[in-house]
Amino acid sequence: MKFAVIVFPGSNCDIDMYHAVKDELGEEVEYVWHDTDNLDEFDGILLPGGFSYGDYLRTGAIARFSKVMKEVIKAAEAGKPVMGVCNGFQILLEAGLLPGAMRRNETLSFICKPVELKVENNESIFTGEYAQGQTITIPVAHGEGNYYCDEATLEQLKANNQIVFTYQQNPNGSLADIAGIINEKGNVLGMMPHPERAVDSLLGSADGLKMFQSIVKAWREAHVVKA
Amino acid sequence: MYKVKVFVTLRESVLDPQGKAVTHSLHSLNYPEVADVRIGKYMELTLEKSERDIDEVINEICSKLLANPVIEDYRYEVEECVAQ
Repeated sequence: MKFAVIVFPGSNCDIDMYHAVKDELGEEVEYVWHDTDNLDEFDGILLPGGFSYGDYLRTGAIARFSKVMKEVIKAAEAGKPVMGVCNGFQILLEAGLLPGAMRRNETLSFICKPVELKVENNESIFTGEYAQGQTITIPVAHGEGNYYCDEATLEQLKANNQIVFTYQQNPNGSLADIAGIINEKGNVLGMMPHPERAVDSLLGSADGLKMFQSIVKAWREAHVVKA
Repeated sequence: MYKVKVFVTLRESVLDPQGKAVTHSLHSLNYPEVADVRIGKYMELTLEKSERDIDEVINEICSKLLANPVIEDYRYEVEECVAQ
């Protein structure tokens, strides 16, 4: 399986994302600059964290209009797995690939620490390797991770099982403790915590690796025909 | 030429953590009459005249980029001015 790590001016978790896929997961991966106009050769798209375009105006607001995003939307519509982490999540929200928006953290401070997440849905292509209801430890690092959507949208998220991760102790004020959601089709995921920073127990937790393994497993089941 | 003043604010239904912090700060500075503070953004745009309707253009710009309709509202004022 071949992954693209999209790099915007101001991305700063791209190297961690690349490392997670190449060295820990052992799959193919390439950095892809934001002005690329073709993602056909990739099977999975990863939008890393950081401060794309300095987070000017709103987080993700400017990155959302970069050339590559047209291709990311195309890939999402084609059913390819698309995962946005932190700033990547914010970009997916601004692009309308996921519902809702981010506000400043309730405390107004930048939060950088490991947090416990509950796996709310282990039937997604991103979470198949976890047990339903499992608690995992993944670090967060953000100033604007306070997820918001209107009531009707929240009801929809709940009804369609689109809330994939919730915080055990809500660090940022997110509505319904939401840490990560998927789209209705289930192939686009956005989350504030950083699974790519939790792929080796040397770094405090390897709980994030299973997310990447889940994606590959789901992809193989769908694409690789047994000889 | 037009000078356009755009005001972007969080929707009434959306909690404003910055505004809340400033409200608390004003209370501690002994201004109990301050009931609420909402923080927004002010932007000044200079637009050339074109064949397109100015309101249509501004509304497009605001809803596409300057404001996020999920959490923000916007209003604007247009002032016609002479190019310098």
